[in-house]
Amino acid sequence: MTARVITFSSGKGGVGKTTTTANLAVALASANHKVVCIDADIGLRNLDVVLGLENRIVYDLVDVIEGRCRIRQAMIRDKRYENLFLIPAAQTRDKTAVSPSDMVRLCNELRPDFDWILIDSPAGIERGFRNAIAPADIVVVVTNPEVSALRDADRVIGLVEAEEKGPARLVINRLNSVMVKRGEMLDTNDVLELLAIELLGIVPEDEQVIISTNRGQPVAMDEKTKAGKAFHNIARRLNGENVPFLPLGDDNNIFNKIGKMFKPGGN
Amino acid sequence: MSGFVDKLLSRNSSSASAAKERLQLVLIHDRTDLTPSQLETLRNELIDVISKYVSIDRQAVRINMSHEGREQRLIADIPLKSATKRR
Repeated sequence: MTARVITFSSGKGGVGKTTTTANLAVALASANHKVVCIDADIGLRNLDVVLGLENRIVYDLVDVIEGRCRIRQAMIRDKRYENLFLIPAAQTRDKTAVSPSDMVRLCNELRPDFDWILIDSPAGIERGFRNAIAPADIVVVVTNPEVSALRDADRVIGLVEAEEKGPARLVINRLNSVMVKRGEMLDTNDVLELLAIELLGIVPEDEQVIISTNRGQPVAMDEKTKAGKAFHNIARRLNGENVPFLPLGDDNNIFNKIGKMFKPGGN
Repeated sequence: MSGFVDKLLSRNSSSASAAKERLQLVLIHDRTDLTPSQLETLRNELIDVISKYVSIDRQAVRINMSHEGREQRLIADIPLKSATKRR
């Protein structure tokens, strides 16, 4: 086993980095891959709550780096997927407690034992971001189809290139197909034309994401949900499968289109 | 098909196309670290340098930013005065 390291970044906060990291971890683990997630957002940890593992933290990333525990002791094993692990961030320290070379060393130690190491980067483009991308084999930029998120995504894509970690790959999160149809939201083609990078996945806006996160159960645990399905598709693409992109989320698939043709007065 | 009609009827005045146009300009300046006023200064200095060697029509000079994928390109179109007169 030699793990591939994927770092999820975005520049802007709140676009869904942590949600994406948690759900891809679940999707990969449910496909029998051995996965460890590292929360690199020191001081503002959240991957633990999104994964529903917040009550089981004893040691954290900074404890490992500073030698207060062994890596094994800081890894929380998910009870629902026995091949899914989390190394939580420290909550009472700041990003300077870890250096890019610490992250490289940590990941090199983990690589032989895992298929995937997923790193949740903090927002911003400073130290925490540098820490998160230092060990990355692949950088995935998560964005939303709106001006501020796209502008920051473009900046991060440029920085990833400058650090020779590129080309980054793109996840468009929270695409609202109804708004796209009305012309009130940028569509996938607009986003790809603006950012000029390879698309890895499109996650439709889905209230199930909030509902399932409320319970500490990432939406990808239910593959029948729109967003859950999208995350499983991304996981399959990461694994080298050629999974076609749905044009506008599930409600615009060919069956619905045919259905609409037969409805009187439908658009 | 309805998507195509939507595009013809409303997309051009929609907020999505406004977002796209605004972002196209913002990203050019973010990527190159050049403000419109710096670009204007660059244009004037370029004209001054070239004018030392050949006679050019200042008003006809066009300097634009274009991009191919993520690569930015500065394109200058500088018509020479002597060449146009000879024709």
